Amino acid sequence: MRVADDEKALAKILIAPALLYIGAVIGIPFLLSLWFSVSDVTVSSSAGHFVGLENFRSALDDPSFRRALRNTFLFAILSQVIVIFLATILAVSLQKDFRGKWIVRLLILLPWVAPVSLGSIGWLWILDSIYSVINYGLYHWLHLCGPLPGMTPCPVWLGQPSLAMASVIGVQVWRTLPLATVINLGGLSSIPQDIHDAAAIDGAGFFRTLFQITIPLVLPILLVAVLFGFVFAFTDMIVVWVLTRGGPYDMTQVLASLAFFKGIDGGDLAGASAIALFLFPVLAAAAILLLRLARRAEVV
Amino acid sequence: MAIVETKQIKKVFSDHTAVDGVDLATREGEFLVLLGPSGCGKTTLLRMIAGLEKQTSGDIVIAGQVVNDLPPRERKIAMVFQSYALYPHLTVAKNIAFPLKAAKAPADQIEGRVQKAASMFGIERLLHRKPRQLSGGERQRVALARAMVREPSVFLLDEPLSNLDAKLRTAARDELQHFQRRLGTTTIYVTHDQVEAMGLGHRIAVMNKGKVRQLGPPQEVYNEPADTFVAGFLGSPPMNFFERNGAVVGFRPEQILPKGAYSTQEQLVHVWFRVDRVENLGADRLLYGVLRDLAPDVKMIINLPFTVHLPVTEGQAYEFSIKQKDLKFFDKESGLRVASRPL
Repeated sequence: MRVADDEKALAKILIAPALLYIGAVIGIPFLLSLWFSVSDVTVSSSAGHFVGLENFRSALDDPSFRRALRNTFLFAILSQVIVIFLATILAVSLQKDFRGKWIVRLLILLPWVAPVSLGSIGWLWILDSIYSVINYGLYHWLHLCGPLPGMTPCPVWLGQPSLAMASVIGVQVWRTLPLATVINLGGLSSIPQDIHDAAAIDGAGFFRTLFQITIPLVLPILLVAVLFGFVFAFTDMIVVWVLTRGGPYDMTQVLASLAFFKGIDGGDLAGASAIALFLFPVLAAAAILLLRLARRAEVV
Repeated sequence: MAIVETKQIKKVFSDHTAVDGVDLATREGEFLVLLGPSGCGKTTLLRMIAGLEKQTSGDIVIAGQVVNDLPPRERKIAMVFQSYALYPHLTVAKNIAFPLKAAKAPADQIEGRVQKAASMFGIERLLHRKPRQLSGGERQRVALARAMVREPSVFLLDEPLSNLDAKLRTAARDELQHFQRRLGTTTIYVTHDQVEAMGLGHRIAVMNKGKVRQLGPPQEVYNEPADTFVAGFLGSPPMNFFERNGAVVGFRPEQILPKGAYSTQEQLVHVWFRVDRVENLGADRLLYGVLRDLAPDVKMIINLPFTVHLPVTEGQAYEFSIKQKDLKFFDKESGLRVASRPL
């Protein structure tokens, strides 16, 4: 018998590359970091000793860790709430036909197809303390702030703690909005036109249709987008890394970036592993929830 | 109750004219059927009356008021869709209550009215279910209950029976007619099924290529077709046509009988029919063949009821009779009906 006819053998052969890849790139590092997190391994001494939950305890005692933990939740929740809100508006608008629709679509998808680092570096310049175009506009066109005596000084977007956090969240929204919009749009277009027509005939106006018909019907799909967004936001550090490096004074540090700075830059592999794994149970639960929701969304 | 009128209604899509200047007026409480093949513009016409589609030109008048610029909800209409368009995430009760809530009906009345509508269609025990837990027939009833709960002045029905199986369809047709007659609400019903049209309508508007070809009571449309399209579209099997002396002549397959079967004083025309093939359908026999002398090249069908005991052998010719008045004559060019004449 040829291999191509043996379904069992074929199945094993076809799944093997994926298993190897996941095992090598995710599985081994994951197990390694599980070990690191309960050891005293550093970059210079890879033969560590078992120290129990000491790394987690000392992380919790560290004010910068607690701040990063708080920031992570703030960053993830706030950015996703804004994303859901904007993605719903965008998707509902993009369902309608209007002049120049393709340009709007292109602009919305652009952040998604552009390399993250490129986009973030663009934002770095937009938010720069000297060359910021926002500040240029505030000064030259709106005359709201400026360097001259008697004027309010212009904001230092990445230098003031709350503004820096807002900037990081804003850029994350800009990054994840396209995916959420596209998923949302897919959900919207799966609602048959007849349902919208029936609602119109039944006397429902725009908002009644939106809140009682459209949103409940796309909800399973919307939730998938939201959970994706949350998991990304919880595990991502690129925006923080490019924009602020966690600064000023660790004010915009999130767990992922803190772990990176501590483990890679600081050499404390054990401490960094503990930080990185801190939210693993939460994210694993979120992932299971996500998979269940995705399955339910398929049935509907 | 209301009268619906369309005045020179036209709908042009970018590449074709879907509805081409239709003038129609229902009567008070009438059941009007729009009948035609797919793509004839009947659904587009219905959607324009509903306000779901904006006409390119012309006026729509409901109960004496021009409603061209009114959104669907202000037209006092209800519509049942081919797919039923039930809200999948709402229970049956909430589906039926939805139009009432949208119309801001007092909360204490809503339950009573939902109950009343549900009991009218015998779906009280389904009220807590979701649409996906219902059969096709049950969904159709829920859609009807949702349509009538608001007591609209016009019902618009878009092929509401086409998703039901054949057996259920007959029962649903009967029920639908019963409810319409009882409520007395003006109803416009779109279908491509001539049996539905004949059985349900007070009047039928036969449409083709965006135009109304004939408007009249079922019997009139069937017996006195205005043109070859109407004549050919209604009836199953369809009317037989052949050319004779510069005109198109038509007769229905069931209006021809073996010579001698007609015991009538009316004037009869006798023809020889060569039977090529026989199909026995139980209640009827279909004879496929040609009129041997009059039109030997045109295939025709004769529909003999089982009560006619004519032994038939394939390949043989038999003499048949048609009443002179059952022969319809049409203009060869325009297809329009012309006066009868001798064959």
